[in-house]
Amino acid sequence: MPDKEKDRKDRDKDKKPAISGAWEKVLLARHVQRPHALDFINGLTKDFMELRGDRHFGDDAALVGGIAQFEGRTVMVLGNQKGRDTKENIYRNFGTARAEGYRKAFRLMQHAAKFKLPILTFVDTGGAFPGKESEERGIAVALAENILLMSRLPVPIISLVTGEGGSGGALAISVSDRLLMLENAVYSVASPEGSATILWRDVSQAAAAAEAMKITAPDLLGFGIIDGVIPEPAGGAHTNPNEMMVTAREYMLRNLTELEDKYTSRGEAGIQAMLEARYQKYRKIGSWQELAEQAPELNGLSDILQANPSH
Amino acid sequence: MEKLFKRIPKVGGESEKEPTESSSEGTIEPQDQLKTEKVEKAPEISPEKAKKHEGHTPKFSWSIKPQGDQKPKQAARTDKADIPDDLWIKCAHCKELIYSKEFENNKKVCPKCGFHFRLTAYERVNFTLDEGSFEEINARLVTGDPLNFTTATETYQVKSDQTRAKTGLNESIVTGFGTLEGLPVALAVCDFNYMGGSMGSVFGEKLVRLVEQALERRVPLLAVSASGGARMHEGMFSLMQMAKTTAAFARLGEAGLPFISLLVDPCTGGVIASYASVADIILAEPGALLGFAGPRVIEQVTKQKLPPGFQTAEFFLEHGMIDQVVARKELRPVIAKLLHHYQTAVAQNEAREREVTYAR
Ligand SMILES: [Zn+2]
Repeated sequence: MPDKEKDRKDRDKDKKPAISGAWEKVLLARHVQRPHALDFINGLTKDFMELRGDRHFGDDAALVGGIAQFEGRTVMVLGNQKGRDTKENIYRNFGTARAEGYRKAFRLMQHAAKFKLPILTFVDTGGAFPGKESEERGIAVALAENILLMSRLPVPIISLVTGEGGSGGALAISVSDRLLMLENAVYSVASPEGSATILWRDVSQAAAAAEAMKITAPDLLGFGIIDGVIPEPAGGAHTNPNEMMVTAREYMLRNLTELEDKYTSRGEAGIQAMLEARYQKYRKIGSWQELAEQAPELNGLSDILQANPSH
Repeated sequence: MEKLFKRIPKVGGESEKEPTESSSEGTIEPQDQLKTEKVEKAPEISPEKAKKHEGHTPKFSWSIKPQGDQKPKQAARTDKADIPDDLWIKCAHCKELIYSKEFENNKKVCPKCGFHFRLTAYERVNFTLDEGSFEEINARLVTGDPLNFTTATETYQVKSDQTRAKTGLNESIVTGFGTLEGLPVALAVCDFNYMGGSMGSVFGEKLVRLVEQALERRVPLLAVSASGGARMHEGMFSLMQMAKTTAAFARLGEAGLPFISLLVDPCTGGVIASYASVADIILAEPGALLGFAGPRVIEQVTKQKLPPGFQTAEFFLEHGMIDQVVARKELRPVIAKLLHHYQTAVAQNEAREREVTYAR
């Protein structure tokens, strides 16, 4: 994380009472009035032109994308789109995209690579849609292919988790050079409800699960899994959307400028350096220990003679 | 949920264990009921098939550099609990009585109904590779506990220790190098008995190290995946392994090295939605449960009953997600044939490159 960003975060921490409880953040991240992807796209960019359809099966309104102007650059934008009322939510499938949504994202990302457009993604989904038609149309393959593509795409990718980062459906549009989160956003391997059902065997333990799973922006920044946290207006992004847009634009621009200065302004060698840095960023994520070669039969972690945590 | 084979002792009643554990990673079944740690020489593939590649042992473009200090590890795990020769067992699928030795010789496929039972990682290694050719790498990597994870009833550390003791494995994936009908291959195999084959930090790290070594040695890679997905206990560290592993496979692909993915029962969630689905060739064993979301989740969300055969290997084939469904007894010859195709292609390409160089 850039130092400036860190300074700012520390400063903001002192300024106002932070919303710290993980479950509180989950509720804020899901707040119906919270700015959604199209709000960020329209708030941060100009002349957005939505591009639709996966050219294979259909269009998916739960995942939107298109071409836009961001601070003097043509960029590709993508985001999970939730609705604000029942009707819109049905149209948007509650922000949970099917295979065709992810294949549209794939197409638009290839398009971005062709024209060397930086990609900005806005992540806000409970996850990819777990339905019959998702399976029939190969949601697993669609997610996997996006992850593969993004790991090697020769344009800068900046992803911002604006609300809920839900599992593989979030990852499949957020493999990036810079992964940022709004202060009250969450990003998790499974929803708190899902985690509670599986690990606590009790869905009513969702708040406890949210806490234990360490899904908040500060947690993930501490783990080195995300690259920066963007402060929200006091009370949450929905209380002052305009202020939120100004701050988000500033952070996105700063990160993009850094990537341009460091990599894309330096020709092919710069692109290769960017891809190497992106690879290494993910390469080092993990927590493991190596048992010493002569360790006796392992009975417990106490037997570990030599520990090499990776981070 | 299908039941595993019941053990029917020669004398006395049946002793059937109830399924013991279910977790995020799907339902873990008591695959260890038979305690078939015993490893016999993998049954011979039919002689005609084995001969296929004898005529032309072509020069290898991919060569194995033997690593002196790495001994075959699977031998250490053998013959823990031999099955008595005279044991009859009952197939939980077709309810027929079968002779245990016949079952073993059939690579744990029911000789009566053809049902493919799950294998441990080392059984899979032994059924897949040439006898004695496997050199395991990174067997001593064990997980950290990055979230310091604890629920009301368990901690990740204790669960990890218990799982290691129970399975004799240090993680849910075994990686290494060996040969298959003489052809060198890097092999990764999940073990569903270890926390549902779930992918956490160690899984990701071992797999990426295997890919990186395969790149160095220039050998193709075969991954056999049986996994309920990301390991919940490591939270986002687990989710990120999807990106970490897939990125490594992207590099393998760019280097022109083939990646064959074999999906076996059951494979869902983060593994099938990442590296396992970006292979050059995707195969599956008959009847394997394959899918992104588990069937129970889909039924809960959609309030629909799923049709029979939904999310099977055959379903995946029908919907264009995999190349072939291959019976276990055909796997070795099929994979050998594939490896041979790629090896020939690489040799051809290298020869062409040499010609171009000379012409200049
Ligand atoms: Zn049977």
